[in-house]
Amino acid sequence: MSLKTTNPLSALKSQLAAACAATALLFAAGAAQAADLNALIWCDHADPALLDPFETANNVKVNVKEFEGTGAGLAIVEQSQPGDWDVMVIDSIDVPRGVEKGLFEPLPEDKLPLADLFPEVKMDGSTVVGGKRYGITEKFGYNTIGFNKTKVDPADMQSLAALTSDKYKGKVAIYDYYLPVIGMAALAIGKKTADLTEADLPAIKAELLKMKANAKLVGEVTASQTALATGEVDILVGGGEWVTAGLAKENPALDFSIPKEGAVLWSQSLAMFKDSKNKDMALKFIEYIMSPEGQARLATSSCYWGMPANSKAALSDEQKKILRFDEQPGFLARAQAYPAPNPDLDKKMQDVWTEMLQAQ
Amino acid sequence: MSVAGNRSRALPRAGRALPWALVTPALGWTLAFFVLPFIAMGLSSLTAHEGGGFTLANYSQFFTDPSYWRAMVNSLEVTAIVTVISILLAYPFAWILAEQVPERWQRLALMLAVLPFWTSYVVRSYSWLLVLAQNGVINRTLIGLGLIAEPLQLANTRFATVTGFVHFFVMLLTLTIFANLKQLSPSYRKAAADLGAGPVRTFLHVVLPLTLPGIMVGAFLTFVLCIGDYITPQILGGNNELVMPQLVMMQIGRRGDFPLASALSIILMAVVTVAYLACARWLKIERA
Repeated sequence: MSLKTTNPLSALKSQLAAACAATALLFAAGAAQAADLNALIWCDHADPALLDPFETANNVKVNVKEFEGTGAGLAIVEQSQPGDWDVMVIDSIDVPRGVEKGLFEPLPEDKLPLADLFPEVKMDGSTVVGGKRYGITEKFGYNTIGFNKTKVDPADMQSLAALTSDKYKGKVAIYDYYLPVIGMAALAIGKKTADLTEADLPAIKAELLKMKANAKLVGEVTASQTALATGEVDILVGGGEWVTAGLAKENPALDFSIPKEGAVLWSQSLAMFKDSKNKDMALKFIEYIMSPEGQARLATSSCYWGMPANSKAALSDEQKKILRFDEQPGFLARAQAYPAPNPDLDKKMQDVWTEMLQAQ
Repeated sequence: MSVAGNRSRALPRAGRALPWALVTPALGWTLAFFVLPFIAMGLSSLTAHEGGGFTLANYSQFFTDPSYWRAMVNSLEVTAIVTVISILLAYPFAWILAEQVPERWQRLALMLAVLPFWTSYVVRSYSWLLVLAQNGVINRTLIGLGLIAEPLQLANTRFATVTGFVHFFVMLLTLTIFANLKQLSPSYRKAAADLGAGPVRTFLHVVLPLTLPGIMVGAFLTFVLCIGDYITPQILGGNNELVMPQLVMMQIGRRGDFPLASALSIILMAVVTVAYLACARWLKIERA
């Protein structure tokens, strides 16, 4: 009944038995985990609506670990044991970084719907290294101008100059990610994002400081999204469909533009780890994500929406309208590449970004 | 040799060993989870991010880059402001709880005072963001009362960061000062009164000095927790200025630059150590 009626030796034995049972359970769980799929992902892949159908169909558990930014993702990999991870979501432009580190396994092109991808986002220059495909673009969108069309003049949003005009002083938020916003600053001063060098940084910094002077806040995904949605600001520098589409039902006034100077194209890829212990399941997962159904679920993930890379994604007409699916050819023609600096320029860009954040 | 004789020699040895046996778990814990990680962090801070190898570049980055320096200045300014405001608010609050609230209600009053501790730190910070927002309670009230025409920018400022911190640390300081006030024997005040001191003089020359340890313990905890906090400035400050923990997180989150993050963390620890040494003589609560 109570512990008081049990002699100490019996209590010790029962506790030992319980400890052994717990240990056995842990080992069993560990063994089960080895057969699971371990995925290093961005938050859009954590949506149960995306993962559940795959887990049910394949009788597998997908263990996810979210991260933001390639640097953070690669740091997690470096601190893990080989084989801990099976698949990874990574900026398409950063796939070569993973290949250089010897992390990724070539993907079998014949198992992937490459012919159905929007040609502009296949990004073979990054996803194919040494003639082998190491990544496949799964989702893309634009870092551009997100805005509330009832609060600003939509015509003004057709130029990046609006971001630094006095008309919108204190009405602007800046998305806190240096690469796309530096890309937008480069576009604003007439530079091509693919050709940026250290010599361009002073002019880019000056443009960023002008944006900062107009800004109320510089926020990460949640903060900047909240600021735009709650009316704290009317414009989000670096925003796009990834901010406005998911909120379209609650706030149809939110919209985005691709200004005349262009926008920065972001794209995310899937890659498989070379040391994966579950490569067959990893490939199945990639095939699922790239399938029309998987693409529709990923595109409308609860964390953020984005354009599916597969043009045959099974989206509803309403979802296509929100994502402005039919306007993509025009958008893609005006979009420029995500900045892809080498490590030295990358550090200098981050220093410029830090200076912008600290500017009063 | 008798058994009693053996025991008489054995007992002192056992007696000497017992304290060590008792502190061994704590020492082991400190060694495993503080000393070794600290050494690893120190070594990491002296390693180049690209290619490895010994370097002092991570430290020189901090001392030569004004935007990095600025983060430390921001941290110290925010921490100092928060600590001072929290003490000024917490002391009268603790005094009212200890001296004015009847004994039987004190436990309930204290529980109500620390009620905000029960909510998540992150949720509390986001709640403040909504309160201070352009369309938040404060701006709407001020506009409704006709005191302002346009909403004030309260959210995403240093003011918001300080407000979020003060809300939290006033509770912490109230607890430490309340504990100190409760330990203070009424005899001191009676003696001061017998010697002709009025209430103000008694407070300034008797009560305040005797409760200084409680203030300093709370102030030091506030300093340490505030200067190392990432969440409140991140949520409420709007990234309009960076403090040291944000700078550390930037190195890890953006570039996976653990060596530079380690160097910045060591510098932050050095500042905390200096703060500790500065107020070490008061960091004890003795029964008055």
